[in-house]
Amino acid sequence: MSSKSLLLCGNEALVYGALLAGCDAYFGYPITPAGEIIECAAKKFPELGRVFIQAESEIGSINMVMGAAAAGQRAMTASSGLGISLMQESVSYLAGMEIPCVIADITRSGPGIGNISVEQSDYFQIVKGGGHGGYRCPVFAPASAQEMCDMAFRAFDMAEKYRTPVYILTDGMIGQMMESVTLPEPIEKSAPAPYSLTPGNARTNHFTSIYLEAEELEKKNEALLAKYREMEANDQDAELWKTDDAEIVLVAYGIMSRLAKNAVDELRERGIKAGLVRPKLLFPFPKNALNALVDRAKKFVCIELSGGQMIEDVKLAIECRRPVELIHRVGGKLISVDELVAGVKAVA
Amino acid sequence: MKTFRVLKDRPAGFFPEFEKRPAPLRRNMHYCPGCGHGVLHKIVAEALADFDIKDRTTFISPVGCAVFGYYYMDCFGISTPHGRAPAVATGLSRAHRDSVVISYQGDGDLAAIGFNEFIHTVNRGENLCYIFVNNAIYGMTGGQMAPTTLVGQKTSTTPNGRCATEDGIPFRVAEIVASQPNPVYVERVALSSPKEIMKARAAIRKAIKNTMERKGLSFVEVLSPCPIGLKKDAAGISKFIDEEMTKIFPLGKLKDVAAERVPAEHPVPVYDCEKVRAALFPQENRAEKEEFFGEKLREDIYNESEIFEKERRIKVAGAGGQGVLSLAYIIAHMARLRNFNVTYLPTYGPEMRGGTADCSVVASRREIASPIVDSNANMLIALNQPSLDKYLPQLKPTGIIVYDSSSITLPEISERQVAYGVPAAQLAVGLGSTRYGNSLILGALAKMMEELFLTPEDTKDFSAVVEAALRECFADKPKIIAPNLEAFRLGKEKAFRANTGKNPE
Ligand SMILES: Cc1ncc(C[n+]2csc(CCOP(=O)(O)OP(=O)(O)O)c2C)c(N)n1
Ligand code: SF4
Ligand SMILES: [Mg+2]
Repeated sequence: MSSKSLLLCGNEALVYGALLAGCDAYFGYPITPAGEIIECAAKKFPELGRVFIQAESEIGSINMVMGAAAAGQRAMTASSGLGISLMQESVSYLAGMEIPCVIADITRSGPGIGNISVEQSDYFQIVKGGGHGGYRCPVFAPASAQEMCDMAFRAFDMAEKYRTPVYILTDGMIGQMMESVTLPEPIEKSAPAPYSLTPGNARTNHFTSIYLEAEELEKKNEALLAKYREMEANDQDAELWKTDDAEIVLVAYGIMSRLAKNAVDELRERGIKAGLVRPKLLFPFPKNALNALVDRAKKFVCIELSGGQMIEDVKLAIECRRPVELIHRVGGKLISVDELVAGVKAVA
Repeated sequence: MKTFRVLKDRPAGFFPEFEKRPAPLRRNMHYCPGCGHGVLHKIVAEALADFDIKDRTTFISPVGCAVFGYYYMDCFGISTPHGRAPAVATGLSRAHRDSVVISYQGDGDLAAIGFNEFIHTVNRGENLCYIFVNNAIYGMTGGQMAPTTLVGQKTSTTPNGRCATEDGIPFRVAEIVASQPNPVYVERVALSSPKEIMKARAAIRKAIKNTMERKGLSFVEVLSPCPIGLKKDAAGISKFIDEEMTKIFPLGKLKDVAAERVPAEHPVPVYDCEKVRAALFPQENRAEKEEFFGEKLREDIYNESEIFEKERRIKVAGAGGQGVLSLAYIIAHMARLRNFNVTYLPTYGPEMRGGTADCSVVASRREIASPIVDSNANMLIALNQPSLDKYLPQLKPTGIIVYDSSSITLPEISERQVAYGVPAAQLAVGLGSTRYGNSLILGALAKMMEELFLTPEDTKDFSAVVEAALRECFADKPKIIAPNLEAFRLGKEKAFRANTGKNPE
């Protein structure tokens, strides 16, 4: 049985995807533009007898996630920039203790309280680690309500496969815009992981991130690093849009990738062979996809609602073998398709 | 005497060998001689074995000297971030309702950095056992002031003694917990003498028992010796607890309602695929719909009219409160009902508050790239003059306008644009409520589509879809469905073509 489509905002679609993936528990604290997530979870989790708590803060949420996830549950939280900042100490613990869970950041503009309009300036924080210590988390970058649903659904498997927190990073526009969504089939629930603190499992099970001996911690951290290399080898994922013959390769994620597609079409109408690479995961970064385009491409153009953060990964990915330009805007305004077309023409 | 058995023997709740401890220190504990943590661990471990709960207990090691609690306890363990044990405990305890979660925290951990998580966990009355180790000092970091440090007490961060006016006064946690309705049991005990240790043992066992019986939140504050941090010998530290600490932190039971507390009922999580689908997948009440629509109800209809092959980029705009968003929402539902991809994007951000409202709706058979409707709009639905004036320049030269002619004077438009008007606001008043304006506009939309674009087959279907969408959008207000359908019919009747545009798309 496949579902007929529903009209959902991205934030709601995320909750549906999580529930269909068997998510057992949601813990959160209200913030715009992620508000529909906690509101939808408050309704839908109890409807299915699952755990929902409005925590006292984002510090509370993420640590409740830690408890539930350590107990073998699929647990998640969501917030926007400020709240994600508050969570960082615990995300580092989760990464160190290798406890799988899912965290969504529906970004707004910063720094500080900024405003609730769209920006993509949390890239460094989320994609490069965010908290203390040298950890990485896989980062999904949905660009539609459908992907909010699908990626939330996939994120739990990814989290458990690698025993790691997984982020879903998108902007308030993808979170709040309504789109038609077709739901995936619910999963058959399986038993909690053998390493979890679940009655019936070996009671020697425990989680800690403390390693007093340098040799011991070195071993532990090298194992984490190996895991991140494995992700880079296996899990890069990007959508390629008209890149086959592209001489100008745009790179964009989230809402800007949607506008960039229209820009590609218009540029092509004007005789400029443009294409788009849209990372679906930001870590691991789709280096292979970008590298494969270097031979034909004359230039890469990174489009970001930030001062230029992902552009560093683009340059690293292609090892600066082609010029990489930036089209950016900050403060809460989108870059319109017309502006994109003009911007690309100016640098092409 | 039993006390000394507790203190001297290795309780069966400890691992036989402390294998999680780095070699070669696997026989003894890491605590300083005379430290209260060791005694408390033994009391807990003894209870785990006596109550036969090792297989369903999680012992939370805090950040503090007890960070290595998991070396010893023969049960599940997790070491949490500094102060966050209560939140982690909440997650653990909700995950497995019959598990026993022991949150073991120092005074810095619980009463300073983690007090917010703590007090809200207390307020929710989670089913947990709290052991709060009040040693009046930060032991692990080398003897700094704790929230429970006594006035005048010298620590490395209060070198002249804690000053009541500058540094605050000892924080009395048990009293705060006892003042709250949800906790079931609150007691303060001390580890200053065999007699007091026996009382502490009884209190901790009771708290663990309450948790096993799902009575709610039990809290035991333990005045605990830290001879190293307080720079005292064994006798000196006991004296300090008995004579100084207990003056500020009086011992005894502060609350006990365990006898009358009935365990709370909790919902059972549902994972059965059929039930999950029923809760999340769109449910169609076919019988009810068929009765309403008769033969008009058809699934998977494919509208053949050429207009539907092109992406429809629609801007709906008007004054705030005019129902712009709900009109756009109905249109989005219409498209979804006929299996188009749809995006619905209300004006986002500060402009919302400017008194005008607008919404972008895109419907397409193909993937929709940009959901923003600006310079490429091919339809403008305007409900007041300012929004028509604002968005007309963005309408394609071949675009379509649908407008409320009771408040809008149509300016000159390009010869390939076409406009349909209906005096929606005015007619709505006649129908009894301005809220019917949207359905009147939908009537004009239907008339325009039928006259210019739709095949006879789709003409029939278009009105059916409007009806279906109205029913869906007003599902929670069934009374207003019929008058809206009436308004829709009236709108269609009264709508008129306002120009003679040649070749709209
Ligand atoms: C976020 C954070 N801040 C500071 C520390 C350093 N720290 C470790 S233990 C501790 C104090 C613990 O004192 P208490 O809770 O009273 O435990 P005790 O050692 O006295 O049993 C501090 C401040 C830390 N680990 N994490
Ligand atoms: S410093 Fe104090 S609390 Fe820590 S182990 Fe030593 S005596 Fe115990
Ligand atoms: Mg202390």
